[in-house]
Amino acid sequence: MRRGPGYQRLLALFFVGGLLFNFPLMRIFEQDTSLFGLPLLPTALFIVWALLIVALALLMERGAGED
Amino acid sequence: MTKKVLIADDEPNILISLEFLMKREGWLVSVARDGIEALAAIHRERPDLVLLDVMMPGKSGFEVCAALRADESLAGIKVLMLTAKGRDTDVAQGLGVGADGYMTKPFSTKELAARVREMLA
Amino acid sequence: MSPALIIGAALAYLLALFGVAAWADRRAAAGRSVIGNAWVYALSMGVYCTAWTYFGSVGRAAATGVWFLPIYLGPTLAMVLAWPVLRKMIRISRAYRITSIADFIASRYGKSAALAGGVTLIALVGVVPYVALQLKAVSSAYALMTGGSPDAPGLPGAWWADTTLYIALLLAGFTILFGTRHLDNTERHEGMVAAIAAESVVKLLAFIAVGVFVCWGLFNGPADLFARARAVPEVARVLQPAARFAYDQWFALLLLAMLSVIFLPRQFQVMVVENVDERHVRRAAWAFPAYLLLINIFVLPIAVGGLLFFGTGQANPETFVLSLPLAAGVPWLALVAFVGGLSAATGMVIVEAIAVSTMVCNDLVLPLLLRRKAFAQRELTGLLLGIRRAVIVGLLLLGYVYFRVAGEAYALVSIGLISFAAVAQFAPALLGGMYWKGGTQRGAFAGLAAGAALWAWTLMVPSIAKSGWLGDDFATLLTHGPWGIGWLRPEQLLGLGGLDNLSHALFWSLLANAGLYVGLSLWKPPSAREASQALLFVDVFERASAGRVFWRGRARVADLVSLVGRFLGPERATSLFLGYARRLGRQGVEQLDADAALVHFAETQLAGAIGSASARVMVASVVEEEVLEIDDVMRIVEEASELRHVNERLLSLDRLKDDIMSSVTHELRTPLTSIRALAELMRDAPDMDEPQRQQFLGIVVTETERLSRLVNQVLDMAKIESGHAEWHNSDIDLRALLQQAALSTAELFRERGATLVLTLPESVPALRGELPALRADADRLTQVLLNLLSNAAKFVPREGGRVELRLTTDALGATIEVIDNGPGVPLEQQQLVFEKFRQGGDAAHRPQGTGLGLPISRQIVEHFGGRLWLRSEPGAGSCFAFSLPWAGPKDEETRP
Repeated sequence: MRRGPGYQRLLALFFVGGLLFNFPLMRIFEQDTSLFGLPLLPTALFIVWALLIVALALLMERGAGED
Repeated sequence: MTKKVLIADDEPNILISLEFLMKREGWLVSVARDGIEALAAIHRERPDLVLLDVMMPGKSGFEVCAALRADESLAGIKVLMLTAKGRDTDVAQGLGVGADGYMTKPFSTKELAARVREMLA
Repeated sequence: MSPALIIGAALAYLLALFGVAAWADRRAAAGRSVIGNAWVYALSMGVYCTAWTYFGSVGRAAATGVWFLPIYLGPTLAMVLAWPVLRKMIRISRAYRITSIADFIASRYGKSAALAGGVTLIALVGVVPYVALQLKAVSSAYALMTGGSPDAPGLPGAWWADTTLYIALLLAGFTILFGTRHLDNTERHEGMVAAIAAESVVKLLAFIAVGVFVCWGLFNGPADLFARARAVPEVARVLQPAARFAYDQWFALLLLAMLSVIFLPRQFQVMVVENVDERHVRRAAWAFPAYLLLINIFVLPIAVGGLLFFGTGQANPETFVLSLPLAAGVPWLALVAFVGGLSAATGMVIVEAIAVSTMVCNDLVLPLLLRRKAFAQRELTGLLLGIRRAVIVGLLLLGYVYFRVAGEAYALVSIGLISFAAVAQFAPALLGGMYWKGGTQRGAFAGLAAGAALWAWTLMVPSIAKSGWLGDDFATLLTHGPWGIGWLRPEQLLGLGGLDNLSHALFWSLLANAGLYVGLSLWKPPSAREASQALLFVDVFERASAGRVFWRGRARVADLVSLVGRFLGPERATSLFLGYARRLGRQGVEQLDADAALVHFAETQLAGAIGSASARVMVASVVEEEVLEIDDVMRIVEEASELRHVNERLLSLDRLKDDIMSSVTHELRTPLTSIRALAELMRDAPDMDEPQRQQFLGIVVTETERLSRLVNQVLDMAKIESGHAEWHNSDIDLRALLQQAALSTAELFRERGATLVLTLPESVPALRGELPALRADADRLTQVLLNLLSNAAKFVPREGGRVELRLTTDALGATIEVIDNGPGVPLEQQQLVFEKFRQGGDAAHRPQGTGLGLPISRQIVEHFGGRLWLRSEPGAGSCFAFSLPWAGPKDEETRP
């Protein structure tokens, strides 16, 4: 598998996503406060999710990982 | 009115011989030693014909010719390209950028003089 | 609501879907496909969201808050890697006509029929709970809509009065209509894909409609909804993460969902088999996660809204999406939601059933049938279709049975997760097969078997036991283990407690699976067939593998054509072969050579219809094949790559020759031009004045010298490079040599007004021990020195130019440096100056030279075992240096 800059960025995004959605980093969102009136944990998860999708969209549409 | 000829070549010895030849033919001669100088001289002197070497530092002969042809104010100037390269692709490329003629080196002085006379008639 | 209205709406919707499918199929037949579009491809992946999303997620959210999310976060993470991984799968499948997961795995590991069957069985059994889940959801929904209680659908009654059964049969019928109207050897179902994409849109819009209604119809917006939730402690508890958040379980769910989004048969079908163009993966990689996000936004609001509206523990949260609109007096919205949920379930069932039936037909039933002589000779298209239809009905009936047996005990989501864990077992063999050439059939088979067995033991068995269907003694299985053996307890194997049953099952099954896969693969190397398949799979992106065929033997064209005809129909077979012949430039099929490439072609076409394992078997039956050994495989690979290598080298040498020819002729013609022109001018002007004539003659002479220098150098270079140069070695006195060189160039430096400084050590060891320190060709070394010195002289400034010639020695050898204070050489050009015919320095003032001096000097120095290099910074001068190692005792013999 070629390890060009495009693939490296995808891998990096994968690991960042994995970290954000798992143990150490998710603890940040465990508090019982609210964000814009919405409960923190689910809202934060959705926002991170949306950002991940946007990042992926940028990488894909800009031609990352050319063959 | 006497026609003006500009000679552009980076080899000083070739410049010397061409200058002598063109003067002998009775044209008014100016010289340039590289592509950039050549373009400047063209703009300044408005020669009627340019003897243009292809392999020159600065801008190559092809680039000079293309720039010349792209400029409306310089229309009507004849271009005769000279080069040691003689492959078909080079000839085609030369004619493609708008040269009026193409001669390979080493050339015969008689032929060159005749060609120039033809173009300036 | 009246059953008639609901059934009517449902049927109308299903017929509309079928209409979309039929329309798309017609368009495809006319050559104007509607599905050749990245958005349709992305939407078709939405089949991942089933009744689970509609009902199960809401139920899960109402009980545990965010725990419905990992099922959708996992696929998002997986899609980040879609471009490399999914694309490789698509490429492989396209190249080798793979039409199912079973085929993929079987084909990779030596086209093994046993593996194909094994994977099919796992897929079949694994998918049954998932189908049951859809049936359960639809029947609950139906019961709710018609005013019955949604909690006990159909169970008290006899099975023939059970509406769920009829739903199952109805779905089976639709699936048959959708997917088995004809046999396509690419297994593409354009109509189905179009219908699935449409259905994705419908279910998304319906769910969002309900969500909007709950947020803004029943409450005053999400902020209001959650504020009110916080005021009610039982509801607030749902939103607050537990004190010790079970991160291990969260991780397990993420991992599981990540794997399932590819390995569920329906996902593999839409993502890989139905893919039209690889490049669509680019768009789908982010569009599909975006779809998942959109459809999940309102899950939590609906769940919380339902809890607030009905109070906790009052109504079944799984059907909030229907009960809320019904209770709030908007039944038409409930009907829309019902249609959405039905749509989700139907989509899943159709695609899953088609995928599984293909697998069962090609990889389970067919290999068994073909072993029997009677079948091996007949025309089989009709039979294949019949088998597939039977499997579809069978699968749905099995789903119904599971629903009756075990559907009561578990929430919807838990049932679905059992299926996820089953298909996750494909991961080691499939992903390993794509990237590791060392994976073997033995390893894959053992891994799959162990993983499946552990899955069955730790997940399937408990689910049946917990439902109480098999009696109480089965229940003791869970608490005490089989025959009282505690450490074999299904949910606490080897005493591993403290994990929820899913993580526990996942851990053990994947551990055994991956462990056996790797272990057995490393234990014994792959067979020839496995190795060749491994190469084809792992290297599918390398262009070289495109033409490789690993086969030797004899075949007849007619046999191959008729074989293919038996499975694809005679006309289709003839047209395929004709197309192949035309591509090779032949006129007709008779003109084809029955070579390895043709056999490969025939086998590939067949594989599309009956799977690669069966195709292998069938082709083997009509050809005479030589068994390939592993060495043969390796040799075929080496030949191909060596040929490529040799070819590339030839091309580059050819180009090099052209370049050199071009440079040399140019360099030679330039002085010739002046010589000829000036000579002619002098000839034609007998009355030329004397000074002018002298000048011209001077130029002629100089140019002639330049020309002969050039010719000599070109010859020199050619001789050195081709190894034909003559070397006259003698004992070298370096100090004397350098002093001589300085003397020779003294005039040159004086002309330039520059100074030359010599820095020499007092003495240079002339001897080391008994032998002379340096033996080399003195003339050649002088040539190098003169070259470097004259270069330096050319480039130093007119005023204050200074060149230093320095000699230093150490234990290894001597180093000679020529340091000048000229303009220096920019970094980009420092390599270029050593190339032929390149001249450094400011291009506008290139001094006289040939451009060959440095390359020749380098060749000479390297001939004597030394190195020539340049150290320079623009504006700070340059230092050309070369080193010569001391002679060793044996150098005398090795040097020419």
